[in-house]
Amino acid sequence: MRYLPKSPAERQEMLAAIGAKSIDELFSSIPERFRLREALKIPGPYSEAEVIQYFKERAAENSNGYTSFLGAGVYNHLRSVVTDAIIQRGEFLTSYTPYQAEITQGTLQAIFEFQTLMCQLTEQEVANASMYDGSTATTEAVLMAERLTGRRRVLVARSVHPEYREVLKTYAKNSGLRVEEIPFTASGMVDAKALQAALKDDVAAVVVQSPNFFGAIESYAPLADATHAAGAMFVVAIAEGVSLGLVRPPAEADIVAMESQSFGLPPSYGGPFAGVIASRDKFVRQMPGRLAGQTTDSDGQRGFVLTLATREQHIRREKATSNICTNQALCALAVTVHLTLLGKEGLREMAEQNLSKAQFALSELLKIPGVRRTFEAPFFNEFTVELPRSVKLVNAQLLREKIIGPLALGTAYPELTKRALVCVTETTTRAEIERFAGALKRVLERPV
Amino acid sequence: MNDRIKKASRHTNQSEGLIFEKSSPGKRAFELPPLDVPASDPAKALGANHRRAGIEGFPEVSEIEVLRHFTRLSTWNYAIDLGMYPLGSCTMKYNPRVNEFVARLDGIATEHPYQPQELSQGCLKILRLLEKCLLEITGMDAITLQPAAGAHGEMTGLLLIRAYLQKQGNPRKKVLIPDSAHGTNPATAVIAGYEVENIKSESHGQIDVDKLRDLVTEDVAALMITNPSTLGIFEQRIPEIAEILRAKGALLYMDGANMNALTGVTRPGDLGVDVMHLNLHKTFSTPHGGGGPGAGPVAMKKILEPFRPVPILVEKEGGRLVLEPVRPDSIGRVKAFAGNFGVLVRALAYILAYGPGIRQATEDAVLNANYIREQLEGVYELPYSLPSMHEVVFSDAIQKRNGVSTMDIAKRLIDYGFHPYTTAFPLIVAGAMMIEPTESESKEECDLFIDAMKAIAEEAAAKPEIVKTAPHTTRVRRLDEVGAARKPILRWKPAAHRSEAAD
Repeated sequence: MRYLPKSPAERQEMLAAIGAKSIDELFSSIPERFRLREALKIPGPYSEAEVIQYFKERAAENSNGYTSFLGAGVYNHLRSVVTDAIIQRGEFLTSYTPYQAEITQGTLQAIFEFQTLMCQLTEQEVANASMYDGSTATTEAVLMAERLTGRRRVLVARSVHPEYREVLKTYAKNSGLRVEEIPFTASGMVDAKALQAALKDDVAAVVVQSPNFFGAIESYAPLADATHAAGAMFVVAIAEGVSLGLVRPPAEADIVAMESQSFGLPPSYGGPFAGVIASRDKFVRQMPGRLAGQTTDSDGQRGFVLTLATREQHIRREKATSNICTNQALCALAVTVHLTLLGKEGLREMAEQNLSKAQFALSELLKIPGVRRTFEAPFFNEFTVELPRSVKLVNAQLLREKIIGPLALGTAYPELTKRALVCVTETTTRAEIERFAGALKRVLERPV
Repeated sequence: MNDRIKKASRHTNQSEGLIFEKSSPGKRAFELPPLDVPASDPAKALGANHRRAGIEGFPEVSEIEVLRHFTRLSTWNYAIDLGMYPLGSCTMKYNPRVNEFVARLDGIATEHPYQPQELSQGCLKILRLLEKCLLEITGMDAITLQPAAGAHGEMTGLLLIRAYLQKQGNPRKKVLIPDSAHGTNPATAVIAGYEVENIKSESHGQIDVDKLRDLVTEDVAALMITNPSTLGIFEQRIPEIAEILRAKGALLYMDGANMNALTGVTRPGDLGVDVMHLNLHKTFSTPHGGGGPGAGPVAMKKILEPFRPVPILVEKEGGRLVLEPVRPDSIGRVKAFAGNFGVLVRALAYILAYGPGIRQATEDAVLNANYIREQLEGVYELPYSLPSMHEVVFSDAIQKRNGVSTMDIAKRLIDYGFHPYTTAFPLIVAGAMMIEPTESESKEECDLFIDAMKAIAEEAAAKPEIVKTAPHTTRVRRLDEVGAARKPILRWKPAAHRSEAAD
């Protein structure tokens, strides 16, 4: 087998050195009756060419050749080939968690740069080395707020990504947290009055997302003020990081939970991505996950180490701030490389293109009779429109024209049937937008 | 350095500052295609109060600078691609390059989790085949591929147990965990709403079955064990342990971190395990990438199947596959979307490359560990003498007499061209040295490692200072970890703010 570097003679030589007659002798501690006598029933062995062939065949059964208007937490953005070239360097790819700092300075410095970039983007003071994704980062942010406040009630806006809310509820169920949802207004934003009414001195955290699941940009200040007046923590989830190139960051937040997929990570059917938690210096000892810190070596040179590990499971065991160990380090490295490539101007320009294309797409769609804008709130690269008929039926017809239509909101929000969440990024061309608008118009003109 | 050692020599590496320190206004490394629609005025479209002025401190550098920056950083890392990485419990094996290639294919990396399922059959078939392979390997009845890492899998597994017991009327209070367990086990039990009760190991390092019998009451939800244990020893009485638990209605959870010792040789499902997680980034070769991403599928017996996290992969008539988002008894969702799909792709590529021959990988891993054990026993103390599986745990007891600790020896290994083994774990061995070579090491590389370990033992006896002050050849010397924690500097700040960081 090509991955195994031993000849049969070497195996024999090693067995002889051990003093074993056969390899089976080395497994003698497994009771005989539990040892497998037959080969496993799994396909293979495949040569490299056959492995590639298998996956190419599967790839051909997916959506190649379709134009998509899906976002909803996973975004298609431009990525430089440089990012993949760097993260495929074996020294990054095949290195472990940097516990032995002297021979993992590359990874450690890159994490330190990642933490810095995340702070700059979110206008927070400290960011960790990554969480699994935006959904678990949001949940861990809530658990962090629970530890900091000692309170047990959580108010989460219904306009937060439905899957993020589901994950939060899964974790909450067993830790005694009570999760309540705050409705949205006719303009698609958090209902501040309902929030005010629900805020009591038992609330640990208020969770909002911006741009929210409908694409609407929230106004942080009044929500944060109300939250802070009740002594609760203001948690902001961000699913579309590129918005931060143009939209004011949540400086009012106590904790920011971000999905960084938009920064150089392919959609990859939903993962692996990288979640981030960013917060205030004063809360750092309650943060979950790894942190890289700057220090000096015994010669006085600058270097980096994993630090504040007394928060973590391998030191604190059942008293740790989280059980997270393996995180999404290589994804965080891709994010770091990608953002470094984009730089200040590149990110701003990318964000501006998203905004312009989404504005253009909305104006094109609104020309179609029966299509209406649902929410008046400002938006970034996603917006909600109402169609005169079922989004699912419309999408089924768009598929025939090789268009993957917008997300039907009725599945997660029964009150939003016939509403569709349209996403347009810098990768969507004007021609594609026009083709989509044209196809939608034709579909809607057909009799039901 | 001992002259016999041929593996490593010194070479120059490039110095490199932080990327922020190289930044200069007006430079750029990325250009977008021209905008092909009318430009919107952000202030008008967003409203002036939502508009951001610019991102303070964000880097401005050129493409060559980015490439050199990260390439230089990469050269400061040790990696499997450079040599043996014998970190016990971490299974640092070869990460096949074809896995990286297939995970990046158009039609694999490009797919959106919300695209119509009829346009996702390729993705879903990959998930289905991986499920089948892992069920065959573990001997279990049902599986979820959702969890993103081992600890996430542990949590999912305990939530399954909790939901199952709850359904019977009482979720119970406690989870039993051996003192040799990974730190994630107790941390996870707490997240799942359980109290942790530790069980001491008996004198051979195995679970004390008599003590266990006393501890298992109607309050106990589960026992979490690692098998082979973190001492690299197979828990021989595991069927009996399962029986004790079953008699009291408790379940047996197995941490599959050490599955590289068992794959193709025995199956946890046959041993009486009720639920377990696998670390695809250990046993199934997906790269650690400096700490992740991983994947922690959870395999289980029939009784736990109704509680699996959503979405559930279901095969419909005609072989059509769908992900179903709702199940009445499900523990809920543990992560957005369909798991760490790209990691799952890599793991399947690994399994297909081996097929049933995956057993040979297990055999070679166990062979390597036992070969190293045989060659180093006596040079280093072996605290537990039961047969080793895929890893061997020594202690620094002999070297300690000269004031040389496991950490010193580990750091000295760096000078000899190896990554250190796992130090100070498991906690039940004072001065532990936990060595897991994996199947990916040739006899030659194992011999070089053995030579290095022997040379260090000689140094520890003759000139301990050189070991205690190691490493001597790295770009940085031992780093001040205490200072880093006392006055944390966790981000770069521009010069004007620098004084704050230094306060």
